[in-house]
Amino acid sequence: MKKKRNGCLTAGLILTGFMVALILVGFFWTPYDPTAMATGPKLDGPSLAHLLGTDGFGRDIFSRVLQGAGNTLTIALATVTMGAVCGVAVGALTGYFGGIVDEALMRLNDALTAFPSILMALVIISLLGPGKKYNVVLALGIAFIPSYARIARTAFASLREVNYVKSAQLMGVSPWRILWVHILPNTMPVLLPALTIGFNNAVLAEASMSYLSIGVTPPDASLGYMLSEAQGMLSAAPWYAAGAGGAIILLVFGVGLIGEGLQRRDRGVV
Amino acid sequence: MKYAAKRLATLLVTMLLVSLLAFLAFELISGDPAEIMLGTQATPECLAALRAEMGLDQPLMVRCLQWLMGFFSGDLGTSYHYKQPVWELIAPKMAVTLCLSAISFLLIIVVSIPLGLLSAGRSGGRGEGLRTAVNQLCMAVPAFFTGMLLSWVFGVALKWFTAGRFPDLREDFWGAVQYLFFAAVAIAIPRIAMTVRMLRSTVNSEMGKDYVRTAISRGNDRGAVLRRHVLKNAVVPVVAFLAQTLAEILAAGVVVEQVFAIPGLGRLLVASISNRDYPVVQVIVVLLAFWVVLAGTLADLIQQRIDPRLRLGGSL
Amino acid sequence: MNKRKIAGLITTGLLAAMLSGCGGDAAQTPAPQESFQHQAIPNELTVAIAQDLDDSLDPHMTVAAGTKEIMFNVFEGLVKPTPDGDLVPAVASDYTISDDRTTYTFTLRDGVKFHNGQTVTADDVVWSIRRCADAEGGSSLVESFSAVTDVAALDDKTVAITIAEPDNEFFSYLTAAILPKDYDKQDTAPVGTGPFRYVSRSAQDNVVLERFEDYWGTPAKMDRVTLKVMENPDSLLMSLQSGAVDLCAHMTSSRVAQLEEDFYIAEGTMNLVQALYLNNAEKPFDDVRVRQALCYAVDRQQILDLAFDGYGSLIGSSMYPAFGKYFDDSLTNYYTHDVEKAKALLADAGYPDGFDMTITVPSNYTPHIDTAQVIAEQLKAVGINAKLELVEWGTWLSDVYSGRQFQSTVVGLDASTMTARALLARFESSAKRNFINYQSEEYDALYAKAQTTFDDAQQTQLYKDLERNLAENAANVYIQDLADLVAVRKGLEGLRFYPIYVLDLSTLEWAG
Repeated sequence: MKKKRNGCLTAGLILTGFMVALILVGFFWTPYDPTAMATGPKLDGPSLAHLLGTDGFGRDIFSRVLQGAGNTLTIALATVTMGAVCGVAVGALTGYFGGIVDEALMRLNDALTAFPSILMALVIISLLGPGKKYNVVLALGIAFIPSYARIARTAFASLREVNYVKSAQLMGVSPWRILWVHILPNTMPVLLPALTIGFNNAVLAEASMSYLSIGVTPPDASLGYMLSEAQGMLSAAPWYAAGAGGAIILLVFGVGLIGEGLQRRDRGVV
Repeated sequence: MKYAAKRLATLLVTMLLVSLLAFLAFELISGDPAEIMLGTQATPECLAALRAEMGLDQPLMVRCLQWLMGFFSGDLGTSYHYKQPVWELIAPKMAVTLCLSAISFLLIIVVSIPLGLLSAGRSGGRGEGLRTAVNQLCMAVPAFFTGMLLSWVFGVALKWFTAGRFPDLREDFWGAVQYLFFAAVAIAIPRIAMTVRMLRSTVNSEMGKDYVRTAISRGNDRGAVLRRHVLKNAVVPVVAFLAQTLAEILAAGVVVEQVFAIPGLGRLLVASISNRDYPVVQVIVVLLAFWVVLAGTLADLIQQRIDPRLRLGGSL
Repeated sequence: MNKRKIAGLITTGLLAAMLSGCGGDAAQTPAPQESFQHQAIPNELTVAIAQDLDDSLDPHMTVAAGTKEIMFNVFEGLVKPTPDGDLVPAVASDYTISDDRTTYTFTLRDGVKFHNGQTVTADDVVWSIRRCADAEGGSSLVESFSAVTDVAALDDKTVAITIAEPDNEFFSYLTAAILPKDYDKQDTAPVGTGPFRYVSRSAQDNVVLERFEDYWGTPAKMDRVTLKVMENPDSLLMSLQSGAVDLCAHMTSSRVAQLEEDFYIAEGTMNLVQALYLNNAEKPFDDVRVRQALCYAVDRQQILDLAFDGYGSLIGSSMYPAFGKYFDDSLTNYYTHDVEKAKALLADAGYPDGFDMTITVPSNYTPHIDTAQVIAEQLKAVGINAKLELVEWGTWLSDVYSGRQFQSTVVGLDASTMTARALLARFESSAKRNFINYQSEEYDALYAKAQTTFDDAQQTQLYKDLERNLAENAANVYIQDLADLVAVRKGLEGLRFYPIYVLDLSTLEWAG
């Protein structure tokens, strides 16, 4: 039993590690310049020279997928960081201190979390104006805040009642220190899986937005944008869709396995 | 009943708040609608005239009240882009989107509840690893990618439906349903995976509880225990989850409608966003929010029917 | 467990099969397998368009080329264009021009009817022309009509239009739509005199036109044409492949290449001047040497090869071949691809190491984005680091076109009427539409002269001189007139191309 649970985590870590390593390499080196055109024949199938073939401009798809995945990764990480930091801050304060502010904020939050994040991001981006990379991050980041706030609030509120927190309070430790040192580390079992889920949501949401052409725009290729480009060539160059789609799937799959593994480990401990 | 009344009151207040927020957000950030409407042909005189005509020269609070009153009395305003009442624009699209959501939701329930129950209580079996992998994989594929493949395979290669020819809902209802089915599959797959996973863990944790162990150790049939006791307790969180799913279907629909060229709310929303047609965006957003809040309230009401303890207080 | 998953999938498949059976029985229209054969629905046509028609359908209000392109089938003016680029009488049957070239007298054709059944009268014509020229809001609806000083109905069948000064091109403006007098619903329920009448529209979905039975000329062949809005070019491709759409214009070469069996490709020209437009007032493009360097650095043939599979015709100035006598082919190769020359010019201008620049492109036009991407790559060779910035069409209009806040942009400019002036007027220093801030005294002088010259040969020569001026001063990096690739389902015949941006649906018919 125990072994199996770790299997999920291990597989996820290996897969994600592999993908991230590949992407990191892509930041410094790609087989071809991702934007260089006519590196080979147009719409050429996979070969040794072009691992994933070439697109309509004769650009190397493998290099573009690496670069696109890099962009996707950056956006997703930035989004999750933003959503989690703000969300946890709000959740921690309201959860720990409670009171009427907590009550009011959480009512609002209930309504906001119910709203699907991609719709939220769409609305925000329609206000910010589409087509800019940082706007995508901002829109998705804001859209993710409520869900993190809710998770953090529950965790902080329950840990507030725990003995070691109570004794710290009696010892006169400042509330900030209690929040930061005593409670935060103990919320990790709940927060970590939430982070992985958030990451995956961010990747998928970014892909959807790019597909709707209100996300990242060329020449900043993201996997979602490439995928929408690939749809028009599904019969002429199926490897394009396979490359871009495969990268998204593997990335999300790997992180998903990690999340699943973390949750199981947690459950195993409980 | 008191609980229901209280919940309905909250619902109304939330709706009012949401509409107010939508109005203010778009009003404050979106810039001058008259300028957007006139585009390149704007001259100061034209602008002033149009502003007066649209009532933009009135103070913000007055306009806000007017918008709210209009909204709740059925006057949803006029589209900048189409110069049509927003309601006329939205109504036919809404029917399509509701159909699509309904089919997706049915699919999710029909497929995932049996699958989830069957897979529950068998953790640690031989297929465990594979099952987890398939489950996670289903969640990892973006709905629009599945949609792309489905519409290519069934709509272009096999010609089970004609990709791009969406029949009019009123003229050919079954044809439309058939068309929507494939889009619904694309939307449903990741949600099915999530629901199965959710069901499984809920049922499993319930099965581990003392009363179940006792019941089984007394010699009751495992299946009967599952049906009679476990399901009843497991259903509470599942209802909440499904309410959330209802909202997410709508979100996934926005993208999938684009893939299948289905004339629904999602496409109108995306197009209106790039046209800066704020009255339309505003109304769609508020309607979607209503939908979401309504689903949540409904879930709450159903839950407290099943589990009266919830009436006493607090959120879960 | 896995088996159960498979079982689930099979159930899903069965459900699908069930549903498809269901659909076939219950529906009145044939099952999709049959309806794929377009012959099953005779005399109807589905045409895909990339953008929804514009906000208002009022022909005097429309700005978007895509809307005019389609509404060409619904509206007609006193005269109308032909595929050869001539103007022939339409609502009018005959006309005379006074000796001083300021009064145009039109005799109306007998029995021309509006789609609402009314017969066109002189009053309608006067009202329509006035509506264009006027007046009420203080601004003219159609800019060019501001020259009209008087419109009068001489009798039931005769209308005289007087303009302030002689103007060779005024005649071509008279393609402006004739509308029924005092009808105020043109923006949502347009009524014209064309071969098709407007039936309905559904936002973001479709526009339906039907044959107008009382059309004065050769009636349209199709009973009904549905224009399907497909903004996503990829689902568009699938719709063509699946049989949902019969005809689609303005396709990209890579998509066209995937439509083998059921389609043939008709090639026309888009009638656009596609160029990398440079803001001449903005550094470093205020230096003619820099602009020339860009012209040398850009390899136009490679643009055609990479982004357009070789389709398209190169141009060297603000004029395209379809304009016949006005097009000066000697300018096409005024600049040839020469990296060394470009570098030398840049060094000369004080940019030996190149510079950074931004190319603003409207995000809804794939051909322009593709061109911009290739250009950005090519400019790297001379040390110029070009960054693309995609903006919405609305933003492009307000920031680039009206606001002139840009460095460079790739777009295609069209001619609103079939006159050389339509393509050249904007580069006059003070022109309202001179969004590139082109300043040349020589150009202004030539342009003024062209406006007062009425001898056709002389005027043509002046227009050619204007084109040469633009090329020599490298006002912009002129690239090409895009090829208009139209995917046409086999069996559909009668497609005609025009030298302006219209899609004539009236001559299309299913063979046999």
